[in-house]
Amino acid sequence: MELLWSFGKAFIVGGAICMIGQIIIDITHLTNGRILVIFLIAGAILQAFNLYQPLIDWAGAGASVPISGFGSALVTGAVEAAKAEGVVGAFTGGLKATATGITTAVVFGYLVAIIFKPRTKPI
Amino acid sequence: MKSDKKKTSEIGKVEKALNLKPEESLEVFSKEKQEEFASTQEKYKDVAQKFQHIDKSNYKEYVFHKSPKSSHFKNMFWAFLVGGLICVLGQAFVELFLYLGMPKPDAFVLASSVLVALAAIFTGFGIYDLLGRFAGAGSTVPITGFSNAIVAPALEFRCEGMIYGLGAKMFLVAGPVIVNGVAISVVIALITLLFTGGGG
Repeated sequence: MELLWSFGKAFIVGGAICMIGQIIIDITHLTNGRILVIFLIAGAILQAFNLYQPLIDWAGAGASVPISGFGSALVTGAVEAAKAEGVVGAFTGGLKATATGITTAVVFGYLVAIIFKPRTKPI
Repeated sequence: MKSDKKKTSEIGKVEKALNLKPEESLEVFSKEKQEEFASTQEKYKDVAQKFQHIDKSNYKEYVFHKSPKSSHFKNMFWAFLVGGLICVLGQAFVELFLYLGMPKPDAFVLASSVLVALAAIFTGFGIYDLLGRFAGAGSTVPITGFSNAIVAPALEFRCEGMIYGLGAKMFLVAGPVIVNGVAISVVIALITLLFTGGGG
């Protein structure tokens, strides 16, 4: 039951974040890249005031999977490393915390681009 | 559909006739044909009048009004459903890794990475782009959309070479995301240091 509720929380929060994104797209007709950057910065700024981590604690992947979770992970990593190591930590912490995601994307992007053939997009 | 085809063929006839010089058209067309041409011209007179006010300056506006409106609520519903389900899948991986005895932060990082890898493979099969057509932000905003933004251009621009094609275009969308994210994280970390005065 507890497991089911954790899925429910992830669904509600993750769905709501994506729905906010859809509303912004419908109103402003922004491109995908801009939406990604806006959500990333929103997550980073929320985390700067320690507002995003509680959401991750409550909703789990519902808050960490959207790109705003990526932004919050960058800030969490940078701030924690800065507190531990000083100025150098501020520069290394962010990428260290998100390196797994970025590296996975790059490596799989490379592999997929080599293995698969580009297909024309259906109209 | 059939009448559309008929119309295009008639328009083609008219265009053909317009491209000919007047004396040529007299030669080419029999009287019957000329009458037909005249009647066609008459028939489409009101259509021509209808589109008279459209020129380069207001064409975009015209297309915007004419293009089919997708309902906002339908878009929101699909974005919620698909985005929510992707997050549930992420949560399922988190629970699995926690069950396997992984520490909590690692479980979250690894779950995101698994989603990134899955999205890359689905992009390769062309499935993720199909999903994006109706899910909108539901497929863009989750980390899988970030993965798709890396893999799709890499796949598409491979033909332009491994260095400037695949290598460079891979970061077409991800580049701005990482640049902005890293910049803002450093700024926030330095400000935090200023206010709290960390060790080191």
